[in-house]
Amino acid sequence: MFPPVLNPTTVPQEPKFGERDLMRRSASTVTPPAQRQTEVAKLIDVSKCIGCKACQSACIEWNDTHPQLESNTGIYENPHDLTPDMFTLMRFTEWENPDTNNLEWLIRKDGCMHCEDPGCLKACPAPGAIVQYSNGIVDFVHENCIGCGYCVKGCPFNIPRISEVDHTAYKCTLCSDRIAVGQGPACAKACPTQAIVFGTKEEMKKHAEGRVADLKSRGFDSAGLYDPPGVGGTHVMYVLHHADKPEIYAGLPNNPAISPIVEAWKGVTKYAGLAVMGVAAVTGFLHYMVNGPNRVSEEDEEAAQRLTGDRSS
Amino acid sequence: MTNSWTDIKNTDLVIIMGGNAAEAHPCGFKWVTEAKANRGAKLIVVDPRFTRSASVADLYAPIRQGTDIAFLLGVINHCIRNDKVQWDYVKAFTNASYIVKDGFAYKDGLFTGYNEAKRDYDKSTWDYVIGPDGYATVDDTLTNPRCVWNLLKEHVAVYTPEMVERICGTPKDKFLKVAEMIAECSSPTKAMTSMYALGWTQHSKGSQNIRAMAMLQLILGNIGIRGGGMNALRGHSNIQGLTDVGLMSNLLPGYLTLPNEKEIDLETYMSTRGFKPLRPNQMSYWQNYRKFFVSFQKAMWGAAATPENQFAYDWLPKLDVPGYDILRALELMTQGKMTGYLCQGFNPLLAAPNRKKVTDALSKLKYLVTMDPLDTETARFWENHGEFNDVDPSQIQTEVIQLPSTCFAEDEGSLTNSSRWLQWHWPGGTPPGEARTDNWIMAQIHVRLKELYRKEGGAFPDPIINLDWAYADAGEPTAEELAKEINGKALATVYDAADPTKVLAEAGKLLPGFAALRDDGSTSSGCWIYSGCFNENGNNMARRDTSDPDETGAYAKWAFSWPVNRRILYNRASADVNGKAWDPSRKLIEWDGAKWAGYDVPDIAPTAKPTDVGPFIMNPEGVSRLFTRGLMRDGPFPAHYEPFESPLDNLVAPKVRGNPAARVFKGDFEQFAETASKEFPYAATSYRLTEHFHYWTKHCRTNAVLQPEFFVEISEELAAEKGITKGGWVRVWSKRGSIQAKAVVTKRIKPLICDGKPVHVVGIPLHWGFTGAARKGFGPNSLTPFVGDANIETPEYKAFLVNIEPIAGPVA
Amino acid sequence: MSTDSGYDVGKGDSVHPGKPVTVDRYTGGARINHWITATSLVLLALSGLSLFHPRLFFLSALFGGGQWVRTIHPWIGVVLFFSFLGLFLRFWKLNLWKREDGTWLARVRDVLAAHDERLPEVGKYNAGQKLVFWSMSTLIIVLIGSGIVIWNQYFAAYTTIEQQRWALLVHSIAAILAISVWITHVYAAIWVKGTIRAMVRGSVTGGWAWRYHRKWLRELVARPPTKEPTADRKRTAAE
Repeated sequence: MFPPVLNPTTVPQEPKFGERDLMRRSASTVTPPAQRQTEVAKLIDVSKCIGCKACQSACIEWNDTHPQLESNTGIYENPHDLTPDMFTLMRFTEWENPDTNNLEWLIRKDGCMHCEDPGCLKACPAPGAIVQYSNGIVDFVHENCIGCGYCVKGCPFNIPRISEVDHTAYKCTLCSDRIAVGQGPACAKACPTQAIVFGTKEEMKKHAEGRVADLKSRGFDSAGLYDPPGVGGTHVMYVLHHADKPEIYAGLPNNPAISPIVEAWKGVTKYAGLAVMGVAAVTGFLHYMVNGPNRVSEEDEEAAQRLTGDRSS
Repeated sequence: MTNSWTDIKNTDLVIIMGGNAAEAHPCGFKWVTEAKANRGAKLIVVDPRFTRSASVADLYAPIRQGTDIAFLLGVINHCIRNDKVQWDYVKAFTNASYIVKDGFAYKDGLFTGYNEAKRDYDKSTWDYVIGPDGYATVDDTLTNPRCVWNLLKEHVAVYTPEMVERICGTPKDKFLKVAEMIAECSSPTKAMTSMYALGWTQHSKGSQNIRAMAMLQLILGNIGIRGGGMNALRGHSNIQGLTDVGLMSNLLPGYLTLPNEKEIDLETYMSTRGFKPLRPNQMSYWQNYRKFFVSFQKAMWGAAATPENQFAYDWLPKLDVPGYDILRALELMTQGKMTGYLCQGFNPLLAAPNRKKVTDALSKLKYLVTMDPLDTETARFWENHGEFNDVDPSQIQTEVIQLPSTCFAEDEGSLTNSSRWLQWHWPGGTPPGEARTDNWIMAQIHVRLKELYRKEGGAFPDPIINLDWAYADAGEPTAEELAKEINGKALATVYDAADPTKVLAEAGKLLPGFAALRDDGSTSSGCWIYSGCFNENGNNMARRDTSDPDETGAYAKWAFSWPVNRRILYNRASADVNGKAWDPSRKLIEWDGAKWAGYDVPDIAPTAKPTDVGPFIMNPEGVSRLFTRGLMRDGPFPAHYEPFESPLDNLVAPKVRGNPAARVFKGDFEQFAETASKEFPYAATSYRLTEHFHYWTKHCRTNAVLQPEFFVEISEELAAEKGITKGGWVRVWSKRGSIQAKAVVTKRIKPLICDGKPVHVVGIPLHWGFTGAARKGFGPNSLTPFVGDANIETPEYKAFLVNIEPIAGPVA
Repeated sequence: MSTDSGYDVGKGDSVHPGKPVTVDRYTGGARINHWITATSLVLLALSGLSLFHPRLFFLSALFGGGQWVRTIHPWIGVVLFFSFLGLFLRFWKLNLWKREDGTWLARVRDVLAAHDERLPEVGKYNAGQKLVFWSMSTLIIVLIGSGIVIWNQYFAAYTTIEQQRWALLVHSIAAILAISVWITHVYAAIWVKGTIRAMVRGSVTGGWAWRYHRKWLRELVARPPTKEPTADRKRTAAE
């Protein structure tokens, strides 16, 4: 058994991380802390997951959200998608393995991956609405959020959702509030099979190695860890039986990265744009300084009077 | 469970059949995950549907519902034919060598002694040949053609892989793969665990489904060992407790039985409960029956139960029929013979079969009292909810009284889980509104009734007036008081039977365990098997010590496991005839030359010599039974019977329909669809989903959100055939009722080819009704037949016939 | 009606001889339309820029904070779109490209050096103004189109995230260009004295018209004296 995180003490504790540990802050510059905190990670072992949705339930309860009661649309996903009130979602895929002709029911817990290079944070225009702590947690700060939805476009995993109630963005916080007092995420706490475990990123990678070895021994030759380098690695990782085909797990991106369009928008466009506008303004100013105003002369007025003279009667 | 949840981590092979542990027991399933992750254990799932359990299985094999016995006897046949038998175990610890009476035979699906009119057997030939010494005759060489082993061999011979494929629809290669993996566990160093639940019990031959696997486990030598066992996953948090304390119409606590009307006095009652050993030296522990029974009577009636009045034997109700199970009770209501109903923590409108019949039955009552934390459908059976409960309230005169009770998290007490662990719990919240504990409600009823009887007398007031009620607050006994009463007290000083100078319990003290029980009225115990749960050491159920020496999975200091804190039943069988562990890495208890000792409380007298005394101490044989004599109503061996509603004739016994010994009420036979019905061509089954617990959690919004609406599951092939779309509406109907549901069209259900013909499976989850936070829906019981298991009357919910068609949607 | 106006003459344009000569260039309606457009554009630029670059986020304070910017920006965009549509319908004909526009543009050095005398006579709008008009027209269509795609509150469900990403990029580039065009437009109005008056008071001096839009002035003068009574009334009212 992976050692579970012990129950909390009832004595109030100082948060283990906070403002001083910010590595990145949206639309602002911060000085990263001299000493980075140990990176944490949540490991989701898809091969151990039984799709019980206890994680969803725990997430709803801990975060006190109120997802809508939907209807059945012929699928097991409920709610049908991530919502501002549902930060994590079991996604079910019925996949017939062409190599074995066996059906595999792939169940992936979807939610924020807590990227090392978070696209949401890059895209966010509101200072401090998205922050990244030095332990790797990417969190949304709702009082700073303006609800523009840029994070949605920035995210390579299609995770953030904008609330129609308070118009701010929501996603998994990795239970930063629990982790700040030495607890693991609520979903990991609730997971009955330890398909979700939490610890330092190093521990999780090591634990994953054992899991991958077990899966390989059971004939899953392509088993592996999903920790995509395209976003600098993530602080939520998956153990997949078919790590060579992440897309079969309800469209888990193969080799995700922040979209080049977003990179262009938040990179060159931002600076080139300011430059273009600045140049336009400065050019005008200089032109005026050099040439002075373009004035109508007396001759012009007279010429006009002459022209209109025969009309004046 | 013979073993415990935590013990499953010790297994090498998990077979989930007749259950869906990952789905219905996700928390317990963690131990399967542990076994897989740490021991490299394999998981096999055999189910009509590719379930959530199957999603993490190493091997999945489909099976047609209601054909498990054919499959399991097929595996037994495979093991016998391929010599995959743990011979030392089978020879020493089972009744394989016992010689069976000559008159016993099995032919064309029937055992000797069948009476078609009574749908019952004369079981007199289903027994051993008893020798002149009064003991059963045995043939240790297993050569006598009449020995159990040879009869079994002959009995299972018909279940070849080909026959299994024809009956079950399991492709032969898949079946053989399963059989081979199971057969490997005949090695003394390999253990298989069987995890099953209502997928086996809810059949007209449910008990025999379990028997079949138990027999297989005995042949493999897997009973009594770590990582083995027959592990029933109980469907409610305290359903184990319910059976343990005998909340069945024919039981008394601790699996004592209620007398029948012919047993007019205590001696007659005891005459059939002597349990004389059938082999020399055997413990036949039920010989102590009288001690358990008298102590129970003392717990009930205290000082009023005396040797002179046969310990108040006359105050016990006497049965005129085998039992007043829920099906019979509803039948009696329908007939107008039962007119009042106290319904405590039960929702029969959705839980009992043939909902129409249930509504009719409840409508004929004079009064219905419900005690429940939730607003159940049963309490609202009279209320019109459109098509979801299409009744006319003006035509129902039943007076319904709802008594709101606390839920488990709001009161104190113990719950007994599948592992037989009595776990104490404390209130985590304050009950809302007028909700009161069940203890309070029951005590208040009792106190008032007692007062009425005192004042007015009546036909037979004695049992109620004399009921021992020595609680601090007569109006609300505390959980602790009740627990102590269940544990039992010494009413006079109790001395050790072997050493009369040694005091086992001073008068007035709590008993250490059931070994101290006496049949002279000097002890009391409300439930003998629970004795030891709350003794002078304190409340053992409240223990929360997670220490586990050598990580055997026993966790002996966590809560209290009945009996006597034993974690694995029959654990003596974990060691060979000489008392050495079959597998040293699985050591549980061993004989050290003088006594039994090890990690668990020995399931044998501590000084009983291994070569003398058999490990199955409850049985008069001292060994386990591959042949059950007359203890089962429907045969000493399991045999394949089709469900009462089946798409197929019984291929091994074409003339037999259903389980020939199952009780069918008059009028209910007509309500079964005929075999291979054209009108009802599809094989339906019902089951739970992990998002919900029964009909409870739909009252909780979070659970309702996670699975909001009733649906049925069908294959892509059936959907295409019927023009049903994913998420579209369908109507499903049987000969008894009709429901409407959303359709989940899935690859997880595939048509089964049985005897050359495709059988389409329609999966119908339960969980929805017309009260609560989820969307209104139906339960499968609107469709299911009114018939139960031949032995214990568990309704046949898992196999019945329906038809299905796409519809536009319900008329809102 | 504009049918009786010359090709280069707008509705309501007229000449008032005198000393100095005044020429009605914009009706009250046109001016209101313009200023609504101008205000919208400025507000859009300010609010848009606040989300464009973190250094400009302080601008959101002008609108009551980021949430307000997010709410109000698209609505102002809608106002701008319809308001500009009004301008477009008013002026599109006058902004059709003419032969002399090419010549004018070819002598852009003279334009910048204020050697207006070296430029061909142009109608109501010169080539520069026409370029402003057409680029603005194009950019505003692009902006409203891409803006709707990224109007998260109402339209998020109708497009894919990839489309939204493109829309964001396109929207910001178009906005940069639009702002640049606007800067040019505003600068031209400041630089060419007497121009702002056209949009403030509705009229320019005869000399202004002579110097910069001689062809327009000539056409106005050459126009038959019968004038629309409506235009007359409006002018009177405006004065």
